Amino acid sequence: MSSVPNKQGRFGAYGGRYVPETLMPALLELEQEYARVKKDRGFQSELAYYLKHYVGRPTALYFAQRLTKRLGGAKIYLKREDLCHTGAHKINNAIGQGLLARRMKKPRIIAETGAGQHGVATATVAAMFGLQCEVYMGTDDMRRQALNVFRMRLLGSTVTGVDAGSRTLKDAISEAMRDWTTNIRTTHYILGSVLGAHPYPMMIRDFQSIIGREARRQILAAEGRLPDCLIACVGGGSNAIGLFHAFIRDKKVKMIGVEAGGLGVASGKHAARFSGGKPGVLQGTMTYLLQGDDGQVNLTHSVSAGLDYAAIGPEHSYLRDQGRAEYTSVTDDEAMAAFDLLAREEGIMPALESAHAIAHTMKVAPTMKKSQLLVVNLSGRGDKDVQQIANMRGITL
Amino acid sequence: MTSKLDRTFAQLRQRGEKALIAYVMAGDPSLKETEQLVVALEQAGADIIELGVPFSDPIADGPVIQQAAERALRSGTSLRTIISMVTRLRARTQIPLVLMAYYNSIHAFGPERFCQEAAQAGIDGLIFPDMPPDEAGPLKGPAAAAGLPLIFLLAPTSTAERRTFVARQSQGFVYYVSLTGITGAKLVNLVDVGKNVEKIKKVTHVPVAVGFGVATPEDAAKVSAIADGVIVGSAIVKQIAAYQQKPEMVKHVAEFVRSLKAAMSAAQPKTR
Repeated sequence: MSSVPNKQGRFGAYGGRYVPETLMPALLELEQEYARVKKDRGFQSELAYYLKHYVGRPTALYFAQRLTKRLGGAKIYLKREDLCHTGAHKINNAIGQGLLARRMKKPRIIAETGAGQHGVATATVAAMFGLQCEVYMGTDDMRRQALNVFRMRLLGSTVTGVDAGSRTLKDAISEAMRDWTTNIRTTHYILGSVLGAHPYPMMIRDFQSIIGREARRQILAAEGRLPDCLIACVGGGSNAIGLFHAFIRDKKVKMIGVEAGGLGVASGKHAARFSGGKPGVLQGTMTYLLQGDDGQVNLTHSVSAGLDYAAIGPEHSYLRDQGRAEYTSVTDDEAMAAFDLLAREEGIMPALESAHAIAHTMKVAPTMKKSQLLVVNLSGRGDKDVQQIANMRGITL
Repeated sequence: MTSKLDRTFAQLRQRGEKALIAYVMAGDPSLKETEQLVVALEQAGADIIELGVPFSDPIADGPVIQQAAERALRSGTSLRTIISMVTRLRARTQIPLVLMAYYNSIHAFGPERFCQEAAQAGIDGLIFPDMPPDEAGPLKGPAAAAGLPLIFLLAPTSTAERRTFVARQSQGFVYYVSLTGITGAKLVNLVDVGKNVEKIKKVTHVPVAVGFGVATPEDAAKVSAIADGVIVGSAIVKQIAAYQQKPEMVKHVAEFVRSLKAAMSAAQPKTR
């Protein structure tokens, strides 16, 4: 498999730059600047410095002994991105783009957020680098994730509610794109997942690929061989591509992305793009998209705000077409059961997003041999979801 | 090959006039009313009508056009019903009709079939706010085969390199976005708009029309002094929204368009 994307930002048929002309010069500038810093030792060592001393990398690759025993099959290792500063993998990308914004002399950064994890990571980086920061968030998500809204404000960022459309992540991205179109000369847009126009899906993948590079080294050290299978949840897909990327050429390593099945794919209330979607263009990129016959984008549903989005990163569409990765979905209920299982067996509360990866692990691990190895990306911690889970169970805290 | 847009701009030039391009969102508040609006706006002095195709996620549009799209979608509008409306309109008017659509609508319809059906219905050009010429490859063949001009946009942020690249691929006219922002924002710097229009005219022979932020007859007059065409969108859509429940809506919007055209005509140097 050749390296993707090509110069036009294409992953096979997917990707590209479907944006207003106003943004094109900025995207071309970003692409050039990113190409420069990729080879720049000063930038890379600065990035490595912050990842080590600020984020706390490398994160552990933890052998989940009790979970392994309970499921009775493959040996399960968890890549502990939940241990990153701010509680999720999102900061790997926010630090990289924050450094880039500083280098491009943009005094202001903006971001969108769904669950609030990317918003918190960006607000954190903005505070640390002394940048002005505004985060767009759907008003429904602001209600669901009130704690994260308050965290961003404590960090000195402005959180702006988006009351359009479905009032969730998709609408927050549209509003951030409109802000960027208006303030392009002073502002860098820190997109949070492997979505949007080129070079974002490539650049964000690169910033997240440290997850897989570490995991590969760590599993070789622990087991002396590569894993048989990787599992990660997929909203836009940045934690998944971050884990997968270092293993793409290792053809024997199976890779599975887990989408949000919501109330079940048959119900229509889900975010399983590969089950119910077809290729289309949304917010700058060509990819699998949940849409109606006339191309209007469908509303999505997931218990997890971070997976509740109508499109998937274009590189995932490509990996699926190539047959290199496979994709499946689990329901809200399965994810909730996985949350409980991991909390009680291992003392780890996963984010509801990451609980989707655990839920699929519960199905796959028992079918594998005890000698086989499974690496699951635990992309974030579940503290942010505690309030929501209590509400769902009718408990007032 | 000369298109209807080319002929319209040539006729206006001969008469010493500039083109008034009036935007309405197809299906806002209903396609029946859009049909009446097109006919009335032509009589009121519009030279070209831009028909918006409603999309669920319009990233280039401000709140006025976003809400118009929501109203149009609620009234059941789709690309298919818009094409049927154009077919019906062609029995009543020959005014050039240009579609402004987000690319996913066309992608979902099928670019080839869409170009054939659009041209056959009597659509005269296509504008995509989210598709620069860099991504237009798959559409160029079908559009050319159907004789449909592809109109591309330039912006204040466009570099000299992009100005040449985009302007030379734009057919019918070049859509110059007057401001760094989204539709319905406030127009501030006309001097820069004038300079940029001049720069575009140095690299292409097709007319240049200016849109985004043209809100009043005064704005339209000033822009008509520096460009070949004036595009008014949000200001018209606002009038439609304000009068949408009332029987005099069409008449009212037509009056507004008449005032735009009158101000533009008054601003043109008198031919001796």
